[in-house]
Amino acid sequence: MSKKEYKTFDFELSLPYRLAYGPTWTRFFEGLQEEKIFGTKCHQCNRVLVPARSFCPQCFVDIDDWVQVSNEGTLVTWALISFEFYNQPKKPPYAAGLIKLDGADVSMFHLVDGFDMNDLDKVKETLPIGRRVKAVWSEEKKGHILDIKYFQPI
Amino acid sequence: MTTRVGIVEVAQSVGSESKDNLYEEIYKISKEVLDKAGLSIRDVDTAVSASSDIFTGISCANAYYWDSTAAFLKNGSRQDGESLFSFYYAAMRIMTGHYNTALVVGICRGSEHPETDSLTTLFGDPFSQRPLGLCETVVAAFQMRLYMERYGITEEQCAKVAVKNLGNALRNPYAHRKRRYTVEDILNSQRIADPLTAKQCAPKSDGIVAVLLASEEKTKRLTKKPVWFKGFGCSMDTFSIGDKDLLGGSLRDAASRAYKKADISDPKKEIDLAEVCEPYAFQELLWCEHLGLCDEGEGGKLIDSGRTQIDGDIPVNPSGGVLANNPYISRGLQRLVEVVLQLKGQAGERQVENKMKTAIAHGTTGFAGHCHAVAILGV
Ligand SMILES: [Zn+2]
Repeated sequence: MSKKEYKTFDFELSLPYRLAYGPTWTRFFEGLQEEKIFGTKCHQCNRVLVPARSFCPQCFVDIDDWVQVSNEGTLVTWALISFEFYNQPKKPPYAAGLIKLDGADVSMFHLVDGFDMNDLDKVKETLPIGRRVKAVWSEEKKGHILDIKYFQPI
Repeated sequence: MTTRVGIVEVAQSVGSESKDNLYEEIYKISKEVLDKAGLSIRDVDTAVSASSDIFTGISCANAYYWDSTAAFLKNGSRQDGESLFSFYYAAMRIMTGHYNTALVVGICRGSEHPETDSLTTLFGDPFSQRPLGLCETVVAAFQMRLYMERYGITEEQCAKVAVKNLGNALRNPYAHRKRRYTVEDILNSQRIADPLTAKQCAPKSDGIVAVLLASEEKTKRLTKKPVWFKGFGCSMDTFSIGDKDLLGGSLRDAASRAYKKADISDPKKEIDLAEVCEPYAFQELLWCEHLGLCDEGEGGKLIDSGRTQIDGDIPVNPSGGVLANNPYISRGLQRLVEVVLQLKGQAGERQVENKMKTAIAHGTTGFAGHCHAVAILGV
């Protein structure tokens, strides 16, 4: 923060929180450790929701029908991020997008990488909407969303 | 609706950085609105404010500033989040018949809080979204790319919104960012999240905004230029951005609920002015579609037509909108303040000259318009 010409009280907060994953997230993230992406299927609207949920937000019913979806899918939309904010996954520039995995009825937010990002025009050529992408796995997996390192154009 | 609710007076701070202490400035703006109406603290029956702890840097921020909103020992309440909701909560309090006056105050200090997206990233799901840097600007960029792709809207049409609004702001003494720009200026500014450029994204601004509401009888006694509350609608769709069509959203639901209450069947004909919350330029076009001010996919044509200019037949954001002034939490209530000033004929140099009867104020927060509120006012 830049200094002001008037008197200010400057502070930062860093406080520990501990949030329970619960059984559904736990199982989903254990799946990632085995390079498997799990969703759950709602028996009322028949949608496969990824990441997996314990209930369907629209139908408001329990869902426990676990299905493994593909590691490949299509790019729904994306952005090339070139600005900085708190707690970013990496130093900009980097790309992120929504990916609809084969077998899922909703899309998933994740990083898109594995190609040259220096020339915007080339990035646009590489990433038309509908581009096929596949998960690239991290070598060391921790049961975390970044066990998928990113999605790469096929 | 049992009782008619009137808007008596409004007051707001300027959007540029304030050197005043927050607690003292809230008092000044609250006092200003009471002075305009000729009221003292004794005449305030109830107070409702809107603020956000994470934006204020103070936990239970309302406990800190309570006294400065004329709420001392009163039956009051506070909304953490979009301030247009606090307007509705106050209006409902009057509709109960238990209160004759209500003071509504929206509070946000952009000059004091961290970068807006350092805060919006904390809206995200901690397990699957936050570690990947989901934030409002990133999702807005997703939404803009889809909008252009699906309907053939051009980057130039999106940039025209910023040209219009930042130009309108030149005539608004409360606006934070204002200048006569060209479409090229807007498009050539830094590509912070392609396809979004920096000048198509709202700044972070200061904004203390106060509105005094009263019952019908009391309103008529307190002002010669009453503005009336006609309708309100709100909607919030799913938290998981991958579950929804980013161009679908819930604003259509919020708008149709508000129109129904206000007895409006054809918004294209019946709405004379709109103050729309557009933290990202293209969103003004998309929200105008969802508000029914033009047909689906016609947002680009709407800006090209010139109809939304300050001298057009449906002026949108004569204040300069959120692109000119973005106190994140109080920006929805600020849209309502502008609508009130326009309907009262008190908008100074930016006064719209058309004869106006009915106008919309819109507020939104969250990823790609996660949460929407629409208020309809009339004279
Ligand atoms: Zn369902």
